[in-house]
Amino acid sequence: MLALFLALGSFGAGLLGALTGLGGGLVVVPMMTLLFHIDLRYAIGASLVSVIATSSGAAAAYVREGFTNVRVGIFLEVATTVGALSGAALAGFIPTSALAVLFGLVLLYTAYRSLRAPEEHPTDLPSDPLALRLRLNSTYPTAAGIRAYSVQGVKKGFALMFVAGVLSALLGIGSGIVKVLAMDHTMKLPFKVSTTTSNFMIGVTAAASAGVYLHRGYIEPALAFPVMLGVLAGALLGARILAGAKTLWLRRIFTTVVVVLALEMLYKGLRGGL
Amino acid sequence: MTAPGKQPPGTAVRDRRDEQIELVIGRLLQWGVLAAAIVVVIGGLLLLAQYGHLPANFRQFNGEDAALRSVGGIIRAARSGDSRAIVQLGLVLLIATPAARVALTLGAFIIQRDRLYMLTTTIVVALLLYGLIWGRA
Repeated sequence: MLALFLALGSFGAGLLGALTGLGGGLVVVPMMTLLFHIDLRYAIGASLVSVIATSSGAAAAYVREGFTNVRVGIFLEVATTVGALSGAALAGFIPTSALAVLFGLVLLYTAYRSLRAPEEHPTDLPSDPLALRLRLNSTYPTAAGIRAYSVQGVKKGFALMFVAGVLSALLGIGSGIVKVLAMDHTMKLPFKVSTTTSNFMIGVTAAASAGVYLHRGYIEPALAFPVMLGVLAGALLGARILAGAKTLWLRRIFTTVVVVLALEMLYKGLRGGL
Repeated sequence: MTAPGKQPPGTAVRDRRDEQIELVIGRLLQWGVLAAAIVVVIGGLLLLAQYGHLPANFRQFNGEDAALRSVGGIIRAARSGDSRAIVQLGLVLLIATPAARVALTLGAFIIQRDRLYMLTTTIVVALLLYGLIWGRA
């Protein structure tokens, strides 16, 4: 019975995550711990596995659109994988109540960002000299044809990606929101390039810490199998119906869910009940 | 706005070959996820049949059986038909999929003779394998 309910809940998380672009991994861990009273470590293991599945499953569709900047992705993956391995090393020493509080804060921040429209910024500023040396500047397709863009703030973006990797490992999430923040806000990549390159990186980041957690016994097959299959099915369906869906009210509903889960995680964490 | 062909210096031009390579890699990734999902479904159904009636308690963290914590142990147990190990094998396939993607990207950079990114990509692959095979962080 537990498997069935977990699969259904994960399906909903994957579906809403895909429709809103916020990702399903964000609500899987709160769902498993708050609703099903599963230990945080098992929840993190199952969630990371589902994050890898959705990120890799969607990759081909994104590549076809021609937005992913592979060099930016690979370069920043050095930061996210080192961050993820560091986070996995730290995880054993951080009490679960502190992790719950951190989770609550990340959820609140995500809700806040999701209600703000992506900011428009010029993409043809003079390039960061480091971006020239690393050949990060590229082109992307627009309605008006192929456009070139240059990359800013390489060092700061790299540092933010390390943080994204740490958070991904500690909380079992894709931390796509931090990745997009680093690429869109700091490195000034076009928004579409940021989101698709972020998706390209999420699976790699999650795989780094999932490997470590497998050895620590966080990945429990009885829990990971319904969660992975549920999230994957939900995300694939979500990607199919995305084109015709009215996403604004869905976004509001999902954001409300995220805020409620955030407050619950904060409460449980501060009371030490998780 | 910059017209194609007059791009600022240092701009990596996306040519059709780049896109072809990426497309092939993207497809392979989807096959990897599909293969992993099939193994997980088979193992999961067996698991429900074998252990479905047992009450399970995951409120407390006990850690996974030692045999199901390493790639070698999982393969051995899966061969003997243990359903939990078969699920775990599917999950290992899934965790290995992003590493395979990065390794294939390395191939693309070798074809392009891009030394800087051959090195960068090798570092990422090494970090991923380190986590999955040795499991230390």
